[in-house]
Amino acid sequence: MDKNAFGKKCLSFLQRNAVVLIFAVVALFAMIASIQPATYFAGEITTRIARNAFLVLSLIIPVLAGMGLNFGIVVGAMAAQIAVFFGVHWNWTGLSGFFLTALLATPIAMLFGYLVGRLFNRIKGMEMIGGLVLGYCADGLYQLLFLVIFGTVIKIDDSRVMMTDGATGAINTIDLTPNIGSSLDTTPLLSVIEVAFYAFLVFQLAAILYRLMKKRPISWARHGVQVAIAVVVYALTYIPYVEDLLRQERLLLLVLTEFLCLFVLLAQAVRCILALLRKQPVPWKSALGYVIADAIVYGLTYIPAVYDVLVSTRVPMFTYLVIAALFVFNNVFSKTRLGHNIRAVGQSREIAFVSGINVDRTRIIAMIFSTIFAAWGQLINLQNLGTLSTYYAHTSIGTFAIAALLVGGASVHKANSKQAILGVILFHSLYVAAPAAGRELFGNAVVGEYFRTFVSYGIIAVALAMHAGNRLRELRASQNENLRAGPAGGGKPRAALSAVSRGFSVPGRCREGKKLKTSGEGPGL
Amino acid sequence: MKENKIVLSMKNISKEYSGNPVLKNVSIDVRAGEIHALMGENGAGKSTLMNILFGMPAIHATGGFQGTIEIEGEPVVIDTPTKAMQYGIGMVHQELMLIPGFTVAENIKIGREIGKSNFLSEILGKSMETLDTAAMNRDARNALDSVGMTSLREDTLVEGMAIGYKQFIEIAREIDKSNMRVLVFDEPTAVLTEDEARQMLDALQKIVDLGIAVIFISHRLDEVLEVSSQVSVLRDGTLVTSVPASTLTPNSLAELMVGRGMSSEVRSASGPRPDFSKAPVAVRFHDFWVDMPGERVKGIDLEVKEGEILGIGGLAGQGKLGISNGVMGMYPSRGCVEVFGQELQLSREGDALRHGVAFVSEDRRGVGLLIEDSIENNIVFSAMQVKKMFLSKKLLFTQQDRHAIREHGKKMIDLLDIRCTSGAQAVGRLSGGNQQKVLFVSEPTRGIDIGAKELVLDYLHKINREEGVTIIFTSSELLELRSICDRIAIIAGGKINSILKPTVSDAAFGLAMSGIKPEGGEEE
Amino acid sequence: MIKKVRGMVDKVGFPQVILSCFFILIFMVGIGYGLSPLGMLGDCVARWGMFSVLALAMVPAIQCGVGPNFGISMGVVCGLLGSVIAIDLRIAEIEALVSISPMLAKLVAILFAMGLGALFAIPIGWVFAQLLNRVKGSEMMVTTYIGFAILAFMSIIWTVLPVQNGELVFAASGTGIRTTVSLGNSIGGALSGILSFSINDLVVPTGMLLFCALMCFIVYLFLSSKSGVALSAAGANPQFAQASGIKVDKMRTTGIILSTIIGAVGIIVYSQESGLMQFYSAPQMMGFNSAAAVLLGGATIRRAKIRNVVFGTLLFQGIMAIGVAVANQLMPSTSLSEIIRMILCNGIILYALAQSQGGGKKRG
Repeated sequence: MDKNAFGKKCLSFLQRNAVVLIFAVVALFAMIASIQPATYFAGEITTRIARNAFLVLSLIIPVLAGMGLNFGIVVGAMAAQIAVFFGVHWNWTGLSGFFLTALLATPIAMLFGYLVGRLFNRIKGMEMIGGLVLGYCADGLYQLLFLVIFGTVIKIDDSRVMMTDGATGAINTIDLTPNIGSSLDTTPLLSVIEVAFYAFLVFQLAAILYRLMKKRPISWARHGVQVAIAVVVYALTYIPYVEDLLRQERLLLLVLTEFLCLFVLLAQAVRCILALLRKQPVPWKSALGYVIADAIVYGLTYIPAVYDVLVSTRVPMFTYLVIAALFVFNNVFSKTRLGHNIRAVGQSREIAFVSGINVDRTRIIAMIFSTIFAAWGQLINLQNLGTLSTYYAHTSIGTFAIAALLVGGASVHKANSKQAILGVILFHSLYVAAPAAGRELFGNAVVGEYFRTFVSYGIIAVALAMHAGNRLRELRASQNENLRAGPAGGGKPRAALSAVSRGFSVPGRCREGKKLKTSGEGPGL
Repeated sequence: MKENKIVLSMKNISKEYSGNPVLKNVSIDVRAGEIHALMGENGAGKSTLMNILFGMPAIHATGGFQGTIEIEGEPVVIDTPTKAMQYGIGMVHQELMLIPGFTVAENIKIGREIGKSNFLSEILGKSMETLDTAAMNRDARNALDSVGMTSLREDTLVEGMAIGYKQFIEIAREIDKSNMRVLVFDEPTAVLTEDEARQMLDALQKIVDLGIAVIFISHRLDEVLEVSSQVSVLRDGTLVTSVPASTLTPNSLAELMVGRGMSSEVRSASGPRPDFSKAPVAVRFHDFWVDMPGERVKGIDLEVKEGEILGIGGLAGQGKLGISNGVMGMYPSRGCVEVFGQELQLSREGDALRHGVAFVSEDRRGVGLLIEDSIENNIVFSAMQVKKMFLSKKLLFTQQDRHAIREHGKKMIDLLDIRCTSGAQAVGRLSGGNQQKVLFVSEPTRGIDIGAKELVLDYLHKINREEGVTIIFTSSELLELRSICDRIAIIAGGKINSILKPTVSDAAFGLAMSGIKPEGGEEE
Repeated sequence: MIKKVRGMVDKVGFPQVILSCFFILIFMVGIGYGLSPLGMLGDCVARWGMFSVLALAMVPAIQCGVGPNFGISMGVVCGLLGSVIAIDLRIAEIEALVSISPMLAKLVAILFAMGLGALFAIPIGWVFAQLLNRVKGSEMMVTTYIGFAILAFMSIIWTVLPVQNGELVFAASGTGIRTTVSLGNSIGGALSGILSFSINDLVVPTGMLLFCALMCFIVYLFLSSKSGVALSAAGANPQFAQASGIKVDKMRTTGIILSTIIGAVGIIVYSQESGLMQFYSAPQMMGFNSAAAVLLGGATIRRAKIRNVVFGTLLFQGIMAIGVAVANQLMPSTSLSEIIRMILCNGIILYALAQSQGGGKKRG
């Protein structure tokens, strides 16, 4: 019996994660077929996570809001590109230039998100196809802006961004290296901590002043503790070793792994101590599990092959920090009042409406959030790429981000940040490996490229088909279930079956066997 | 009886939908701490009255209403559900308004979540507040306890819970609203088992003890008389009476609800009434179940004799519509249906049609009509598909014969004086119907005017008596059933309650529809 | 007066009125720039014929309830495959036929390609339909991405297909099919050339127009036959159809197969007029363009008629044809006409989606 249960568990696990597992196998196969060294993949995938994860994470909120996969993020990417265009024109550089660009992109994305939200409210239930078509339509408008309006209506005389020698419109490829290229990737954590520290102090001061002005009570102790912690953390950065480490722009993956292991160890220790102090049962078992896993991971770093990968890969720390921030935000957000409302709307618009939630407004807000995040995501993408391909940078954003999310095991109605990250890793593994694999297997790298395009379109088609199919099947299953269960509330079908209305004899011609047969099949609708 | 103060008073409420009055000068007073039962047949105006009270958009999209609503003596304007909630009016919906992916507590506190401020919310406003799960769970616990659901955990997901629990969660949600004054229960026991229903009635008592007024809509006469202190009866949009429950008996209440007397002439009585006891069986149902959402049929056994008109009546949601829909394969069904001794393959689409059974659906917008096509096409469609009529050969293709279609359409339209499409469809199916041996008709007169109604009924009567078509006639209008049927089966709770002669008393019909077996008056 | 105009706009449709005005406007602008009116008209007619069969493929799909078949690429690849085989076999160059008349050889070749394409389209359409019957309610999204995916998949096939004819082979690598194949020696102008005549600048591709008319007529005949009426009913109201004993899934399958076949024929008609056959990702937007044309002709995503195809393709492709000419005058060296196409094509689909929900005013 036990074994059976275990087998069932395994089977259900396989079924639930079929997409992820199949894709992992395909990606692994492509990686092996490509005969590229593991270090190559580690480097490429690290870079691509930095580029793409933020965009994929921007898809989560619309899914929660029941609007499906937001193909409208293309519009957010366009907002970012408009901002980048002007950023280059006005010569914004470095990290401050990046933030200025983000600041410029935000209101544009807000406006776009609002408009997209308005449109989606008019086509409820068809948001995905609407978003897709909207993306193409917006592409036309975008080209109109960059090719026709810039240079004629809006005169811009700048050879770095505009065509010269008689042609009109913006140039095809804008070089971002002198401006915001790699600005985020190359910012060492040290500067981030410094800025954050001062910003935190200013914020604390502002908060105290604000409360004084509004005559609200101030908890001096809380502020004191917070500032003290900040000062301690900041002081830590003056330790030469720490300072050295934080000064590096891209941290070695090995160092990062070691720190993660250390962190896990410390976290478990703190957890146990806290439990002891609070006189709660101490979670020895799970803590021990973590420690053992930790030790295994650390032990793995001593295997030469793994070591090679770890010492040859560098992680752009600040970019990853920003991605982690959105990751955390997505999780925290669903626990806020607004996030809760968004989830309610996502599960049932009707119930949300009678519960006094403004459904249309909530949906628009969800779209605004998603569009702004998509714009920022595209900015991160562009600074990493170092060039803006003016007319093509946004075109495949939607498809790739959505394919990645789906590969991570998300569906049209359920998605979380973990799936987004897993999806990015898996999807890009295949993406990196496919051309080389194509060259090795077919003697033609193009085949690999077509294959990955096929896979990214195919995965979306399959995921959508599976979703639609499941919905129909559930409907049918619930109907059959109702038939079998008999009276509502599920109780006693037998008693109900025996209740024959009086006054009529039951004719014997209806055969029992046949009756069973019809009940078993459940006619199709 | 102690006289509590009046919390809600609806005065001289009138409402019409596109010229048809559905409420005429209805006034009711509801007192704090009383259970006020609102009774009436389908279409008597109960739901409209409650929709007005709840400020549903459907009311205001169709031109509003006349009359005033007073809450504790103050006249108020309620034009949105949100307003209604603000005035402390709550509703426990018949279709459950719960979000499956949320916990019990989250469902109870939906729209009224408790938040904790954080630094984001101080900048961006209350919508960014973090939810205080502990406080929400606490409130939910209290609300659940006060309706007697002490065993239900507040932090579990609603998904997969039994329907009875869900109903109590709904109630707990309404109770939890701090200013709750009037709570409307729309058929709360309809979907519950016996035990659950008992528990529900206990909970009702607890609620009124809190000083909340309850408006109780139910069709179960016995339970209404048991728990309520005041009973108001609506019939055809007018208030028949509003009396203390103690002055009523199930019989008198049933009569008040139905009470039209035998105003319309009975067609079947106009000729000699044939005796069907020796006629062969045309259709036989045996242990027939249909899963039509909202109209479940839970095992019926019935014989319909050749050449008779059998009426199927009952309140909405009791399953009367499920029967014909199940036979035609519109919804999954099981059991056995025989037509002239041959068993239908219920899972095969259109099998009933092949056995000579025609069907006029009640859902004319949905099932019954190709809305965008012309009247003529609607009339001939079934005949064309099933009987291969109105077709001609042109070139290599079988083409529809437009000339014949137009001719036939014109004839039918002239004959029956059809002006509106819904009537056209009914007639269209009927006109195909006289080619068939057995005809299922569902609500053929719904949504058409009085004159057309008479024509349709006359036509049914004519094809039955002159062409011998066996007719199974489903209608929610008792009057209509009684005017042409030979026997009337009343469906309650998905089963046949009793089979009555059209001539028996109003009270018998009223009792049968509320699920109580009437004494006498039954066929055979 | 205003009321009358408004009534007329309501009847014809708002975008139709606006775009008809736009059409006339750019026509005038074109004349103002000194373009030949007859020449512009000729372009309109040529493009009208080119696209109308592809647009026609939408009708059975919409009528059977699947909605606009954005996955028309399923049919398109069948047509391309048929043509590749016809070209590779050099049917248009068979001596016996050429000696009678080169036109006849071409005609045989194109009919062979169409027949082969249609033959491929039947099983592929059937498989496609089985899938679509399982995803009722999400067809538009699924057809779109299945369409994209099949093109990517066929791209792999095109690169490895062992073709012999030098006109097909990708010169750089020596294997696979080139992106754009010139049809001059094979099926180019096989239909357009028949009975064609010209008045000044106006070239009338009579054969192609006749062929389009024939296709429209066949579809019209089918739709007004017994099974055609059943198919339309299955699309308009599945429950109603079911109550009348019609097998809805079977009707949807028929509609999709038909749509796929017409798509296969359509791409061949398109290619023979343009004289070029484009492979790889070129036909990606074909589904959107065809759907937009029908919708512009007054169809909805639930109902379409032949006249929607005829009018819609004329208007849409007319704007495109004249748009290209005028845009080249107005702003040479930009892709203004492509921009107009993108906005117009996708805008009209969005409009149709919004209309299909009655403006979405309803809550919840």
